[in-house]
Amino acid sequence: MANRGGRHARNEDSENTINYVQCDGLAVMKMIKHCHEESSNMDLAQGALLGLVVDKCLEITNCFPFPKSGDETMDEEMYQLTVMRRLRRVNVDHLHVGWYQSSDVGNSLSLALLESQYHYQTSIEESVVVVYDTQKSSRGFLCLKAYRLTPQAIQMYKDGDFTPEAFRTLKVGYESLFAEIPIVIKNSPLTNIMMSELNELLPEDKGHNFLDLGTASVLENHMRSLIERVDELYQEAVRYNKYQQVVFKQDTEKHRALAKLAAENAVRTSKGEPTVPEEEVIKQFRPMPVPARLTATITSGQINTHAQHIAQFCSQSLAKLFITESLQNAKETKEIK
Amino acid sequence: MSGLNLTVRVHPVVLFQVVDAFERRNADSHRVIGTLLGSVDKGVVEVTNCFCVPHKEHDDQVEAELSYALDMYDLNRKVNANENVVGWWATGNEVTNHSSVIHEYYARECNNPVHLTVDTSLQSGRMGLRAYICIQLGVPGGKTGCMFTPIPVELTSYEPETFGLKLLQKTVTVSPAHRPKTVAPMLDLAQISEAATKLQSLLDLILKYVDDVIAHKVTPDNAVGRQLLDLIHSVPHMTHEQFTQMFNANVRDLLMVITLSQLIKTQLQLNEKLTFLPTA
Repeated sequence: MANRGGRHARNEDSENTINYVQCDGLAVMKMIKHCHEESSNMDLAQGALLGLVVDKCLEITNCFPFPKSGDETMDEEMYQLTVMRRLRRVNVDHLHVGWYQSSDVGNSLSLALLESQYHYQTSIEESVVVVYDTQKSSRGFLCLKAYRLTPQAIQMYKDGDFTPEAFRTLKVGYESLFAEIPIVIKNSPLTNIMMSELNELLPEDKGHNFLDLGTASVLENHMRSLIERVDELYQEAVRYNKYQQVVFKQDTEKHRALAKLAAENAVRTSKGEPTVPEEEVIKQFRPMPVPARLTATITSGQINTHAQHIAQFCSQSLAKLFITESLQNAKETKEIK
Repeated sequence: MSGLNLTVRVHPVVLFQVVDAFERRNADSHRVIGTLLGSVDKGVVEVTNCFCVPHKEHDDQVEAELSYALDMYDLNRKVNANENVVGWWATGNEVTNHSSVIHEYYARECNNPVHLTVDTSLQSGRMGLRAYICIQLGVPGGKTGCMFTPIPVELTSYEPETFGLKLLQKTVTVSPAHRPKTVAPMLDLAQISEAATKLQSLLDLILKYVDDVIAHKVTPDNAVGRQLLDLIHSVPHMTHEQFTQMFNANVRDLLMVITLSQLIKTQLQLNEKLTFLPTA
């Protein structure tokens, strides 16, 4: 899945693409800490990413969290500028290259995300949004994904036109709204030295929770979210079908009225009277507003990511079950002896 | 209050930040200082965050931008109201005269500040991590001074931080000298297979040890023997029928969920293709 996103990014024909994101260990740890501390509240944890762009690689060297939205004492922009100015004093890279957000059970692709990333990408060409999955990471699999809007998505957003025709002409589907960029993590040699020191201080038996066999609660959560999304998509589909039916009915009525008018005109010309122009009849049938397909596309994208997450989760659970099977077989052969 | 029974628990983020600040220091500074943030609870100081404070050291005096420190602390409070100033950190491996001046300032900010040193100059071949507090000594009524006494330092972390650290530690292994090693977040199945390989190698080690003991090549250690016995007994005791039942039920559930989710994915893709068909 990461490879597919990478290929998408490389096949684009714009000049400023980012092929991969390189993250410093410091930024990763800070993101983990902030998202973990905020996971007890229901709010999403958000913050800014600082770094620089080197060729086709976006380097993230530092990050800082945003305050919770409930605190109104300081304007958000002011806060960002103040923090960035302070960090510049201590020689931290001050180029704002993107933002990060925590997500719960992978429901990250929302309208808000799309909008924010659009604003970021129009002001800073190379920005990315990094999504950190709190649930998955607390189970033991660190999950960091970087996304960018594809050029077609940006074009569509700029036009503000979300009709099905726009989707068709720009060839935007739920898979081509966001492109996933592979992330690599790099540490400086001094940090490596520090980590080898930490290795001795860290207790050996921690950090193996991902070998846990419990699957029921996680599966239930995933299925519940999946069901909710599918319901939403169903509502959208019903709306679209209704619209199509109304348009069809309108069309047939328009045809009937035009036919009637043509017959009437024929009668009138035979009597020598002026004909009624067609526009008057057509004006009676005002065209229906075409429903926007944006929410449907976003919901499809969410369902897609859910399905991918579930597939990954099930694959690793199956692997763990087979490991326990071999253990049980070994125990049984021992007992038979 | 002597405060001698304090322990310091440090989160890994703090050390990452310290090393990064040291790498980004100005060309003319030999060491960097900053504030430690965290909380104190019943004799344990838990340090969860830190930031760097610009400062200059001359022969006989120290200049540190205290307003900067206060500003950063305020800004951090907006994000996390639980973090208070608990002390300060410095790079280098010794406590200098300047340190006592800085420590006095921090003593005004908080109660009994902790001083942490991270030895980035790698003296004695290791990056030492030490913590000190300042104890008053001297004769009451006469000259008093203060002494930096070392206190024990431990490493603690939230669970996700441990996982993150384990992933990051993969960059430590030997790599080609001119290219720093990078590591990417792994897919789930890859992580499991790696853990299985690691388990296998650990089991091989244990088997070798047991074989050596049986062949009298190594003196047996009772504590290790007891732990091995605990290990073997920790495998849950299940009859064949119970196990096959549990195994099959779980595998069935997982396979069904996988099938359903792949079905949904295929249906979405089909729907997508249909909407892109030109209208009649």
